[in-house]
Amino acid sequence: MKVEFNGETININREQNIQEFIEARGAKPPFAVALNGTFVSRTELPIVTLSDGDKIELLSPIQGG
Amino acid sequence: MQSLTDTKLTIYGEQFTSRMLIGSALYPSPEVMQAAIATSGAEIVTVSLRRQQTKQAGDDFWTLIKEMGLRVLPNTAGCHSVKEAVTLAQMCREVFATDWIKLELIGDEYNLQPDPIALLEATEILLKDGFKVLPYCTDDLVLCQRLDALGCEVLMPWGAPIGTGKGLLNPYNLQTIRTRLPHQTLIVDAGLGLPSHACQALELGYDAVLLNSAVAGAGCPITMAKAFEASTVAGRLSYLAKAMPQKEVASPSTPTLGMPFWHAN
Repeated sequence: MKVEFNGETININREQNIQEFIEARGAKPPFAVALNGTFVSRTELPIVTLSDGDKIELLSPIQGG
Repeated sequence: MQSLTDTKLTIYGEQFTSRMLIGSALYPSPEVMQAAIATSGAEIVTVSLRRQQTKQAGDDFWTLIKEMGLRVLPNTAGCHSVKEAVTLAQMCREVFATDWIKLELIGDEYNLQPDPIALLEATEILLKDGFKVLPYCTDDLVLCQRLDALGCEVLMPWGAPIGTGKGLLNPYNLQTIRTRLPHQTLIVDAGLGLPSHACQALELGYDAVLLNSAVAGAGCPITMAKAFEASTVAGRLSYLAKAMPQKEVASPSTPTLGMPFWHAN
């Protein structure tokens, strides 16, 4: 199935939860995750399983005004 | 000698000595950013969240900010809808471990003006979710009254559009908000370019200013940070001292009694 990760289309060939998926992408703390525009808390990451067409956003601190 | 006592800047019950909040963006280097922020005396620094680009992304910057030991104020910059702003605020709360949020909800791409209607809706949702919302808003009295009624304890009307450096475009509006909401913590956010602009905001009775580009975009950000610190101190003292009333007609400051003969006629 295909998912979109930070705007990039990625093929995954087995069922994965968000935690497994972002670890495979090399996610490094600190970060927060949204799935299809909705915040997913740290504790929910291993529970939520990805589906075809999901959009995952992984955000980290940057400068801000 | 008569002395004036001052209160501290209060943000949702927390007190601060500095009356300047400063941004962490647009500096020529991380080292200049750190030095300018430290020189400004600011105790609160604004930060944001964006897509993690590399394995190192975010960590280096965040390490520098954490080293400074300042209070962090995350923003929702770039959001155009209530849904986006609420989601980003929730993500900020987890990453930065704070319930403070500088709520930015852009309504127009040309002047980056906040969307007042969406801002009210997002503010209400976030306050109910336990956030301490610092809304970036226009200098509209009724909007500020509505935000006040929702329970915001800080309001941040703009001085001018973000990054323009034009200063306080409508001092009358800002003064009216100050007069009508005397209990509110009011911070002029955005549009400042010169220390005199910050001084003017404080002279109007605003509790603080929030700025970024004016320092980061200066020829020497570190020196400009110092200038802004001095201007906020001057503006606050001027407000406390209560300025003389303006007059339409000149009046001499030097005594006229005992003037020499050549002025007799």
